[in-house]
Amino acid sequence: MDNLELKRHANEVRRGVLIGTHAAGAGHPGGSLSAADIFTYLYFEEMNVDPANPKDPKRDRFVLSKGHTAPGLYAALAEKGFFPKEELTTLRKLGSHLQGHPSLKCTPGVDMSTGSLGQGISAAAGMAMAGKLDNADFRVYTLLGDGELEEGQVWEAAMFAGAKKLDNLVVIVDNNGLQIDGPIEEVNDPNPIDKKFEAFKFHVINVDAHDFDALRAAFKEARDTKGQPTAIIAHSLKGKGISFMEGQVGWHGKAPNDDEFAKAMADLDKIEEGLK
Amino acid sequence: MADVKKIATRESYGNALAEVGAQYPNMVVLDADLSAATKTGVFKKAFPDRFIDCGIAEGNMMAIAAGMATCGKLVWASTFAMFASGRAYEQVRNSIGYPHLNVKIGATHAGITVGEDGASHQCLEDIALMRVIPGMTVISPADDVETKAAVRAACEYDGPVYLRTGRAGVPVINDNPDYKFEIGKGIRLKEGGDVSIVATGLMVNSALEAAELLAADGIKADVINIHTIKPIDKDILVKTAQKTGKVFTAEEHSVIGGLGAAVCEVLAEECPVKVNRIGVYDVFGESGSAGALLVKYRLDGKGLYEQIKEKM
Repeated sequence: MDNLELKRHANEVRRGVLIGTHAAGAGHPGGSLSAADIFTYLYFEEMNVDPANPKDPKRDRFVLSKGHTAPGLYAALAEKGFFPKEELTTLRKLGSHLQGHPSLKCTPGVDMSTGSLGQGISAAAGMAMAGKLDNADFRVYTLLGDGELEEGQVWEAAMFAGAKKLDNLVVIVDNNGLQIDGPIEEVNDPNPIDKKFEAFKFHVINVDAHDFDALRAAFKEARDTKGQPTAIIAHSLKGKGISFMEGQVGWHGKAPNDDEFAKAMADLDKIEEGLK
Repeated sequence: MADVKKIATRESYGNALAEVGAQYPNMVVLDADLSAATKTGVFKKAFPDRFIDCGIAEGNMMAIAAGMATCGKLVWASTFAMFASGRAYEQVRNSIGYPHLNVKIGATHAGITVGEDGASHQCLEDIALMRVIPGMTVISPADDVETKAAVRAACEYDGPVYLRTGRAGVPVINDNPDYKFEIGKGIRLKEGGDVSIVATGLMVNSALEAAELLAADGIKADVINIHTIKPIDKDILVKTAQKTGKVFTAEEHSVIGGLGAAVCEVLAEECPVKVNRIGVYDVFGESGSAGALLVKYRLDGKGLYEQIKEKM
């Protein structure tokens, strides 16, 4: 898929994030938007998944370790065709299959229940380990927040993945630099992120999270890396694509109101115009 | 009873894993650097390719187990009860319990009979912690025979199971041809109409010994083995309560939240009778030999008998 098509899908994923969180009156748009291009690249280019057969044992797996950005994952799954886009408006509502945080029992295409930070990367490492035991070809991808790296379990999982040489595992860090209480450097500075993963025996790639050529090269490099897992440190912009959300920590866990929603959709309309 | 055969249920657990390993090619065993103590090392020796040492990182191990289970593995994750239910509580709840994955938690070294290691390692809260997790099956076998049967039953069952075993040798009491293990089904070991003793784990043996002593006093005890604390066998509890009107629970666990609490929950709603919970009374344990601790905490046969007499 060429970059233009990827950008169109990413724009639709961003629309889905806004539609979901606006309808819910809650949720986490900031980190969903910073990861929108990553979701898009994974589901439309990188991963072997089939919306018609979401439980195929041979499929690639994705674990959203930063589970609070479920609106982004759901928007990508809907864009890919796992369920109708109309259902995005049921996000977080009673009876919806779109729970506030991902639940594998509820949503087609969700491979692991997450939400409690630090646990998803471990589950992903377990999937990769299972794949190794079975000599299976599937690959496992997990997306973490940079604030999430403050959870000790992340490094337990990283140690395991490095020690067991899980080269079928790709850990992606959505490095947008902001967590609820402020800039990551000010809260409990997890930097240097790349050096840490290197120390845990990962092959590390730093990449611009919003550059599809760079993402393409990084995921190819990960695929070509043998004998060790790969960490892709994706340098991103929180709220990417929405003028008044970009770089604003206040949009970590706040939904747009009607006016803000209209303004945000207008931003995306403008982007869409440029992609024609 | 000096010549009674004693086997620690952790031993039985490790042996059982190795025994069923061939039957379940999708079975894997995870440990957190304690395979010599939890006895998963027996499985490791038999099936080295299906044993994964996760190192000293129990929370990580539980979520790894969950991930493997999503890929079709029948996973046994082992460590001491303290770390399985305590340190890794939230991983068990959110990564295993919430998605109801096919992970069996093989928790060894439960209760005060951990012995010399002392209170930091003597988990007296694990039954309480595990049984509040929706959909979690909690099994606390009494002896070698029951532990092996429980391992087999857990393998057959699709869903999360917490299997509680101990470090110290316990007498083999279920070695008879009629013995049958079914998850959620209590076993009446002795018929009596005066008092009920409802016990789990190694306290089943103490209950049988206490019943002998009570019999010498002319008191006939109905002895019930509740190996599955969740889902609990309401039927057998209601029947024994109706029969005796006086129930004693016995567990090597805190009296808060464990078997005694589970029995009270059932009987309060279905057949309110007086229930006395015998166990560890809201205190931490301490170092000492397993035998000496059982005597001090009055959980051996004689101690249990005396506690029942005092409370009757």
